[in-house]
Amino acid sequence: MRFVLNGTSTIVDAHPMARLLDVLRQDCGLTGTKEGCGEGECGACTVLVNGEAVCSCLIPVGQVESADVVTIEGLGDDHPLQHHFMNEVGAQCGICTPGMIMAALSLGPSPTLADVRTALAGNLCRCTGYSAIYRAVMKWRETQNASGPAPASAAR
Amino acid sequence: MPAVGNSVARKDGIGKATGRAQYADDITFPGMIHGRTIRSTIPRGSIRSIRFDFDTDGFTIVDYRDIIGRNSVDLIEKDQPFLAERDIRHMAEPIVLLAHEDRERLNAARVEIEYEEETPVFDPEQSPEIFKKIDIVKGDVASALATADVVVEGTYRTGHQEHVYIEPNGVIAVPEDVEGKKGVAIFGSVQCPFYVIKALRCLFGKHPPIRVIQTETGGGFGGKEEYPSMIAGHAALLALKSGRPVKIIYDRLEDMIATTKRHPAIVRHRTGVMRDGRIVAMDIDVLMDGGAYVTLSPVVLSRGCIHAAGPYRCENVHIRGRTVFTNTPPNGAFRGFGAPQTEFAVEVQIERVAEALGMDSVELRRINALRPGDTTATGQTLRKDTSALMVLEEAVRRTDYARRREQLKGTNRGLGLSLFYHGAGFTGSGELSLKSRARLELTPTGVRIATGSTEIGQGTRTTHAQIVSDALGIPYEDVEVAQPDTARVADSGPTVASRTCMVVGKILEGCAHEMKERLNGLSPAEYHARHGAFNVEQVYEPPDWIKWDDAAYRGDAYATYGWGCDVVEVEVDPDTFEARPVKLTAVQEFGRPIHPALAQGQIEGGTAQGLGYALLERVVMVNGAMANSQLTNYIIPTTLDMPELDVVMLENPYPGGPFGAKGLGELPMDGPAPAVVNALRHLGLDIREIPATPELIASCAAVA
Repeated sequence: MRFVLNGTSTIVDAHPMARLLDVLRQDCGLTGTKEGCGEGECGACTVLVNGEAVCSCLIPVGQVESADVVTIEGLGDDHPLQHHFMNEVGAQCGICTPGMIMAALSLGPSPTLADVRTALAGNLCRCTGYSAIYRAVMKWRETQNASGPAPASAAR
Repeated sequence: MPAVGNSVARKDGIGKATGRAQYADDITFPGMIHGRTIRSTIPRGSIRSIRFDFDTDGFTIVDYRDIIGRNSVDLIEKDQPFLAERDIRHMAEPIVLLAHEDRERLNAARVEIEYEEETPVFDPEQSPEIFKKIDIVKGDVASALATADVVVEGTYRTGHQEHVYIEPNGVIAVPEDVEGKKGVAIFGSVQCPFYVIKALRCLFGKHPPIRVIQTETGGGFGGKEEYPSMIAGHAALLALKSGRPVKIIYDRLEDMIATTKRHPAIVRHRTGVMRDGRIVAMDIDVLMDGGAYVTLSPVVLSRGCIHAAGPYRCENVHIRGRTVFTNTPPNGAFRGFGAPQTEFAVEVQIERVAEALGMDSVELRRINALRPGDTTATGQTLRKDTSALMVLEEAVRRTDYARRREQLKGTNRGLGLSLFYHGAGFTGSGELSLKSRARLELTPTGVRIATGSTEIGQGTRTTHAQIVSDALGIPYEDVEVAQPDTARVADSGPTVASRTCMVVGKILEGCAHEMKERLNGLSPAEYHARHGAFNVEQVYEPPDWIKWDDAAYRGDAYATYGWGCDVVEVEVDPDTFEARPVKLTAVQEFGRPIHPALAQGQIEGGTAQGLGYALLERVVMVNGAMANSQLTNYIIPTTLDMPELDVVMLENPYPGGPFGAKGLGELPMDGPAPAVVNALRHLGLDIREIPATPELIASCAAVA
């Protein structure tokens, strides 16, 4: 099985029906993607497949053959959205945070608060009541729109 | 710039935002195998036979006969077994443990258990066994009720609530040699590492070396207070028998079906009031469903009863509480710890008292709200840090409450309010007997905090580091926080009861002052370079004025209280009867925020849990088991369920807290449910139960 994982062509020896989540965590050693429910309700396992936010617990790895898969690790540790999550305390316990960030990445360029709420409706957070997450995502988009797509390190 | 009072960077922010933070399921050890729990499928009876319908080759199998110490989870009582021997008292009770390196073989293994079934008890009002009774008496309720102008009666019901920390329970037990002795290290998602130590010392009897290391923890809310002792015991039994590291991670279904929930409650009120609005008598009966074992039910009941009269002055109060046995999985700690149940009841009752008097309910609250110098139901004289009126007036002013209520008349929206309070820290003499300790260690670059207080999302690492930074006068960045490992941190008591910032933070403040004196003007790095390292350790000393009589239930129940007033506007769909909160204003006073953004996060998150409790979160019990034990059918608030939140943080410092801070974690949980139900009352819906599901609202609308 071959796919592009965080920009690198990757081959894994896995059953095509294995959950993408398990392949990422166990075969690829990328544990930033979390399992919260195993049935696509909580969104903690959200990754991008060809730019679209999906629950990796619902996707058999066979389905991402030759696709472009991005996990939280693919952002490195200097992505502006990560900084806004830190600054706005969008992460409390942090278990939903990687999935929340990946889901937010699929937002369009100038989202309204309603757009953000809709985009994140499939991602459960039990700690924050979501307000701090909205603040992080909105500030990220405002900063981006103000300065154009800035280099990641300048966003802080 | 001082660290305290500023929203400095979270110590754990980067690890969490990058996915690098290591939770239990992210960790592996060489040779690690996986564990699984075989559970009862009946609510009450006894085990007749156990048959293994699989090839047991390569499996490690454990039952109660493998226990060398005592088969009891050592908590308040020792009534709950780690593994059922013969008697079954609830569904999903652990009976047999299996471990194997291949997870597919492990999950495919079939264990057939035959039972002798007995008739279960599910109705707490029919329970034959009382775990704990509490009686709080002040004045003479009977006489006061007889002379009151109006007496209002009411019965209020609250359901189970599931914690839904997004990371389910999980631990890894790793066999380790400690000076030639066979011991075990537990790595796990836990709130209280030293509770696990106590439970495992009982389980293993002869004191093999045990340590507990808290891994990054994906939410707790009380759900990882006592339950981890059970799962840690299971993993340790499998690890010691197999000689290999054993990981047990519950999936969501197992976590929901087997672990603790918030206690369901039935609360009855009789309130005597004079025409001018003075409350003269409160007669309150509290019944809580404890489930099959005692766990923490006595203390949950205690906190529930102490808060049952609400933040009101009344000279004649009688509160009778009992928590009872039923054949359901044991209920346990959950943020608020009994108070959300009883404060729901009293706040809806107050609204009904106002209705009975024909009086504005804000005015009724204003007349009766506790003020400094008033006494509570337990006879505690309140001090200057009492803010019931302050939060009430601010919430009313900010929401233009009376005018907005008037504006909404004739619409499908209602506006409701709740006034509430929450005692911070352990009850009564609890903090004195805990003797919590904290330690500060000088390092080559600064200082290290070494406590058993766990970071479960609330910001322990950050607020503790802020307190130490300012008390010691060194940069926040120079304070590091050790991962809780019971072998190398001080036992600072459990991370519960809104005590971590206020109580453990206070010990750390004391440690920092002592260390500063010894540094004698040098920075930690300078001192370390010249003289080497040293540690400072201190024990918590509660304020000396606290007097508590546990036998009579009289005295200073808590060193201080946080105060809150929530106002919520709720819209009811006339076709589906779904109630949707539109806007919620939360005005809360908790001394002084150490970290304003974290504090706001506690209020926003606690409010969300409270709204779920009020409207969405219904645990459906069928034959003693949670029937909706999945996130598809147990609904917690999503982004689309949450209203606009307006949070106001007021200050009224508590002199006994670090920099004036009080506890905060649980306070926000108490207010939303009664505020929502009072908003529904504004629409003419006589609801006295939560969750107020569309079905319940529809049935009330039919009566109205």
